[in-house]
Amino acid sequence: MNLWVLIGIAVMVGGFVLRVNPLVVVLAAALATGLAAGMDLLAVIAAFGKAFNDTRYVSVVWIVLPVIGLMERQGLQERARTLVSGLKGATLPRLLTGYLLLRQATAALGLTSIAGHAQTVRPLVAPMAEAAAQPQDQDEADQIKAMAAATDNVGLFFGEDIFIAIGSILLMKGFMEQQGIVLAPFDLSVWAIPTAIAAFAIHSLRLWRFGRRRG
Amino acid sequence: MIGLAQVYLLAGLVFGIFAVLSARDASNPRRWSNAAFWALLALSMLAGDRLGDLGNGVLVLALVGIAGLGGMGRGAAGDDQAARAERAARHGNRLFLLALVIPLTALAGTFLFKQVPHWIDPKQVTLVSLALGALLGLAVGLAWLRESPVVPFQEGRRLMDAVGWAAVLPQMLASLGAVFALAGVGQVVGGLMSEVIPAGSLVGAVIAYGLGMALFTMVMGNAFAAFPVMAAAIGLPLLIQQYHGSPAVVAAVGMLCGFCGTLMTPMAANFNVVPAALLELRDRNAVVKAQVGTALPLLAFNVALIWWAAFP
Repeated sequence: MNLWVLIGIAVMVGGFVLRVNPLVVVLAAALATGLAAGMDLLAVIAAFGKAFNDTRYVSVVWIVLPVIGLMERQGLQERARTLVSGLKGATLPRLLTGYLLLRQATAALGLTSIAGHAQTVRPLVAPMAEAAAQPQDQDEADQIKAMAAATDNVGLFFGEDIFIAIGSILLMKGFMEQQGIVLAPFDLSVWAIPTAIAAFAIHSLRLWRFGRRRG
Repeated sequence: MIGLAQVYLLAGLVFGIFAVLSARDASNPRRWSNAAFWALLALSMLAGDRLGDLGNGVLVLALVGIAGLGGMGRGAAGDDQAARAERAARHGNRLFLLALVIPLTALAGTFLFKQVPHWIDPKQVTLVSLALGALLGLAVGLAWLRESPVVPFQEGRRLMDAVGWAAVLPQMLASLGAVFALAGVGQVVGGLMSEVIPAGSLVGAVIAYGLGMALFTMVMGNAFAAFPVMAAAIGLPLLIQQYHGSPAVVAAVGMLCGFCGTLMTPMAANFNVVPAALLELRDRNAVVKAQVGTALPLLAFNVALIWWAAFP
């Protein structure tokens, strides 16, 4: 066993601790790992380039920015704030718990891309959360916005696995089949339900306490 | 057939426009760095398949060089909040209808595009729907608001500059995962994990499996990469074959242990670091910090669930 290939993990941890630019850290980790595995430098660069080209779909999401920018210029964030300020019962915990439920339910139906950080959190959910909570300073405002983003992630992660045709279910089914164990996608997705309920309970309890701590 | 090629063409054009607008942004002290960075991304989207593997590798070196040496800058902010509030009051709640165009197109695309596999690549329904939603939103917005077509791209470029180099971090990490796979990092980690489990302890094996999934996901930034490693090292030989655990529970809940790890790592950049940039938070790890309090109890719940449900 060639333990040297783990050097990339050490480079990643060291780079993040020393706060070097993460793009530099990632590239250094890749080069170190490839060299440790006995590849030559050009081969590592080519392998990284091929992987970068194959994963371009990850960066496609930025094409929504012109529309988001146009809406924000027309006052979408301000409108979202006004709407929430006008609602009497719109507290921060209620608002984010409602969004959590909506995100989990739609993700469980396979509708994972109808919401997201660029599409909904920045233009709508974060300004609404801020308006509901009325932060006193920049630190509080940042905490509230971070909690809005966290709520989107929790809702997505612990909703999507209930849907039978999502990538992770297909990966598990494929892996088990190679080992001679045949599983129906439904057998896997049904076991995502207890965790989905627990995730909702834990995160909404935290949202409630987050709202109370702020008075 | 509409598929990835057309989506990449659109993305290349959008990044290309960002590059031109960045170059013309005199208020940004590092405008040439920004312009070069977005131009390289445009080149990757438009011509990546023709650059060859080494060519793409050199392109990555250039991107990293720009971000690492001196870095990128930001220009002046757009118009002030008073002007936006005034426009918001004028448009009223109709603005939300425009905000719904992208989600509704994604919703419709998910159901409808699968019916026309000859026109739209069934494997790329999500990306095609996203691209179509962006185009529709732009067309409706421009027609309704009577803005010049350059306005949305100028505003989009401002948002893009706010995100900066973090925009390609998720793609870089996905590529790092591919290099890790080539070098066999997963097998080495799996081998080490299976050595630390005390022999004959079911609870020990369950805990090692659940924590191993979460920890290795934190390293790789992706539960998909961690699952085959941990399942092959612990899940299959110990939990399923030796202790006769239910394969469905071990697999499904094991994956969810990995998702708890995803909540706790900057390596899952598109979920944790990019939103911090997009929301202009001063602490790059603020989203991870907000998630740890949910992820840890949920991880404990998942480990207990495997122990209780897989071994009746």
